[in-house]
Amino acid sequence: MSLDKPYLDVPGTTVFDMEQSRKGYWLNQCCMSLMKAENRQRFLADQRAYLDEWPMNEEQKQAILTADMNRAIRAGGNIYFLAKWGATHGKSFQQMAGSMTGMTEFEYRDMMIAGGRSVEGNRVTGEDGNAQAHRQPQGSGTGKLL
Amino acid sequence: MARITASVYTSHVPAIGAALDLGKAGEPYWEPLFKGYQRSKQWMKEAKPDVVFLVFNDHATAFSLEMIPTFAIGTAAHYKVADEGWGPRPVPDVQGHPALAAHIAQSVIQQDFDLTIVNKMDVDHGLTVPLSLMCGQPPADNFAWPCPVIPFAVNVVQYPVPSGNRCFQLGRAIRRAIESFDEDLNVQVWGTGGMSHQLQGPRAGLINQEFDQAFLDQLIADPATLAQKPHIDYVRDAGSEGIELVMWLIARGAMSDTEPGGKAPLVRHRFYHVPASNTAVGHLILENQ
Repeated sequence: MSLDKPYLDVPGTTVFDMEQSRKGYWLNQCCMSLMKAENRQRFLADQRAYLDEWPMNEEQKQAILTADMNRAIRAGGNIYFLAKWGATHGKSFQQMAGSMTGMTEFEYRDMMIAGGRSVEGNRVTGEDGNAQAHRQPQGSGTGKLL
Repeated sequence: MARITASVYTSHVPAIGAALDLGKAGEPYWEPLFKGYQRSKQWMKEAKPDVVFLVFNDHATAFSLEMIPTFAIGTAAHYKVADEGWGPRPVPDVQGHPALAAHIAQSVIQQDFDLTIVNKMDVDHGLTVPLSLMCGQPPADNFAWPCPVIPFAVNVVQYPVPSGNRCFQLGRAIRRAIESFDEDLNVQVWGTGGMSHQLQGPRAGLINQEFDQAFLDQLIADPATLAQKPHIDYVRDAGSEGIELVMWLIARGAMSDTEPGGKAPLVRHRFYHVPASNTAVGHLILENQ
């Protein structure tokens, strides 16, 4: 019998479940290592070499090197682990979250000040809210953190 | 005997800590938020808890993917403030209460909740931001939090997280544990995290004020029914990180009215504000009568 995963039809959302966690183990553990200042320095000095120290797949390394957080999350990354990498580049949670919407930092900030994203049309895949696949990207950003 | 006098509920957004630490609390963006906690700081000074039992979640700080305890109780005497990647927050380390924490661990495990016992743990913004909001920034000449804290970490990062009902029943077990401690202590139980927010994917930035207000109403008036809310409702309606709200049910379960004959708590303060960074901030103070 298969497991019940009712969250798979929430649009624009990846729940960090056991399957994602298993996929992203080394990517997340690598990000975790950036909680030490000396590792942050070593990472920034040569990112590719630092990533090569970890048994990640190339897709995971490219997600980091291209600063594409949606790609990193698809590859098993979790936001709280990826946040250590974002912080290494001096970025806030708001900048990180915003980058995944395709909005610029300011477009995203303004959406939040105006009360945030509405849940209407964004509960179930196939509705017409602004988080649905057919309405991406949402702004004039690059979709990248850096 | 130790007694639970009150429970406190608050969001624990990291940007709130950063705003305080960088002296931005008076800026127009932050001012309305901190205004909502002025009464709370005054209340804290008057309530003078001997110990705060602080339910929070670790954000991949003390617990990496190497080990992920669902419920972890801190039984140490001392906890360092974590470096989450931006450097540690410039706030005091946290003093624990090993005697009460050990007592709670022994009691709660015997009530069938299999806690993980933690004697070494750095604490992140999930724990220090609520302390800053409720206690203010400690002055340089008395650089300490006003009372010992028992950190209680709940996994809400790795799905599946504990159910609302599991959290609520755990809160009841914690109340029985605290009230069977011989020393005469004034204990508060805090539940932190939430409210609606989503930090990832194209749906990032989700806020649902209607959901949040209804959650606050029901948390006050009918927590046992609220505890039946399934995970998927949080994820769909309050965002993938809105699931943190299950932690509030632990603190709510620890109030006296969850036992037959217990009186409903008094609502001393209620506050709600959007946004703090990506998040809707909710806050309640409930006192046992």
